[in-house]
Amino acid sequence: MNNPDFDWMPVALVPLLALLVLPLIGSGSTWLTLTVAGLAMGLIIFVIASGLTLVFGLMDVLNFGHGLFIALGAFVATTVLGSMSDWTMSDQLWRNMVAVFPAMLVAMAVAGAVGLAFERFIVKPVYGQHLKQILITMGGMIIGEELIKVIWGPQQIPLPLPEAMRGSILIGDAAIEKYRIIAVVVGLVVFGALVWTLNKTKIGLLIRAGVQDREMVESLGYRIRRLFIGVFVMGSALAGLGGVMWGLYQQTVTPQMGAQVNVLIFIVIIIGGLGSTAGALIGALLVGLMANYTGYLAPKVALFSNIALMAAILLWRPQGVYPVTNR
Amino acid sequence: MSAAGPLPTVAQRSPPDAVNPMSQALLTLSGVHTHIGPYHILHGVDLSVPKAQVTLLLGRNGAGKTTTLRTIMGLWRASAGTLTFAGRDITALSTPEIAERNIAYVPENMGIFADLTVRENMLLAARSAASEKQMDTQRLDWIFGLFPAVQKFWNYPAGKLSGGQKQMLAVARSIVEPRELLIVDEPSKGLAPSIINNMSNAFAELKATGVTILLVEQNFNFAQKIGDTVAVMDNGVVVHSGSMQELNQDAALQKSLLGLAL
Repeated sequence: MNNPDFDWMPVALVPLLALLVLPLIGSGSTWLTLTVAGLAMGLIIFVIASGLTLVFGLMDVLNFGHGLFIALGAFVATTVLGSMSDWTMSDQLWRNMVAVFPAMLVAMAVAGAVGLAFERFIVKPVYGQHLKQILITMGGMIIGEELIKVIWGPQQIPLPLPEAMRGSILIGDAAIEKYRIIAVVVGLVVFGALVWTLNKTKIGLLIRAGVQDREMVESLGYRIRRLFIGVFVMGSALAGLGGVMWGLYQQTVTPQMGAQVNVLIFIVIIIGGLGSTAGALIGALLVGLMANYTGYLAPKVALFSNIALMAAILLWRPQGVYPVTNR
Repeated sequence: MSAAGPLPTVAQRSPPDAVNPMSQALLTLSGVHTHIGPYHILHGVDLSVPKAQVTLLLGRNGAGKTTTLRTIMGLWRASAGTLTFAGRDITALSTPEIAERNIAYVPENMGIFADLTVRENMLLAARSAASEKQMDTQRLDWIFGLFPAVQKFWNYPAGKLSGGQKQMLAVARSIVEPRELLIVDEPSKGLAPSIINNMSNAFAELKATGVTILLVEQNFNFAQKIGDTVAVMDNGVVVHSGSMQELNQDAALQKSLLGLAL
């Protein structure tokens, strides 16, 4: 990102898409509401997808079970927030934050710990075998979903927003939901932390190098498997955090919610260029915006719109917006 | 170009003035076989790399030179035979464990991280440095003296360098910290003659500090200039090994082996 030759064209796609739909929507306030909603959704999806893209980039591992950690994070949040109802019912934002913050931390810790076991027992035996990876990680997710049903029950559970995070603020005629602003802030903080780690630390340097040529990283004397386990656990924890954010966004959680988001996050990392964090951000923002715009303009094609977006981007750049060199 | 300053030594020992056939071997391969998928590439390689000398591995394309280097590094596993480094069996070790024994490797494709800057490529190879500030500046100055392009393009993406510049970066990266053994697959490939001189100087200076060097090389003039010992491979086995001096003095041997080597 600190490279003077940085390719800004994919970044320009996000404002370009937003500006292109403005005349179609007509109303500026509706457009602003939809755009903020799209950005919030996009940043939540980015938090979820950022670990997945690095997992694929580093070790060529296709983890179709990533959705499990989303559901797990969200269900853990129902338990933690449920036990802190005094704090979530308060109309003071700081008291709400005191409840949400530990819920996020516990969700990340549980998702990270389960991620460690998932890597050890499910992913490790199938390194380098894509078909087996797809089958066994999907199987792992199904087992995980059933275990969630055993612990929390099969029905959907409400995950209401804490009191002070509900409602909207008015900017002109546009109503912007408070929680969406919070989601944007959390998403940007996670993105900033990831960019800082990847660009300013030796671990980040190793991850970026490993995505390009893991054999050479090993030849330089680094144990890439340990690095990969770290990235897998971090990616699972971030999916858990994304699950809390997604659950609060939807205000209900179901054991199948991970599988529903799975399709979106794979579209995002394919658009981004498998292995690219900056690409995953662009992909997530485009998917979030597209889902909200088409949901308003043409609800019947909303489901299809993100597939069409991916097809269009791949026609432009067949390896995604930021292809990872050497792969 | 000569060194910018004194170079820290790998170990406290004096380099030999001439080839001593009795020199202690730092690296030994005994009866090494390597299979790549269904293909049997190495058929019992015996190779001895003496300490603090430059050993050249010669042979025509497909003779098994690169496979030998990759097998030493554990990138392909030996299916039979033993590899010994500094008296210890390294046959079953993983690539990082082998590299951690102070072995630097420059592969045939140079292994440059194209999306990283030259600085980041160098920092990555400096295992003991967490940041640029912790890198050995005296050693970096010496490297800059040998390969000015590394300094000139310090903050450029490595992928933007020319082929020759990438080759210089690959060798510079491998010597960013002192190493016991340096393994380079075709160091002179694609380099201009003036840069080949710098490369020769770099290897000579490294040898003088006690570094052992193993090179695969196709350029026999370059090999003649820097080599102490030579091993010639054909069909996955070493068919000749001896001193470069002996090869230089024996016209008949040179003729028969050169036909094989070039």
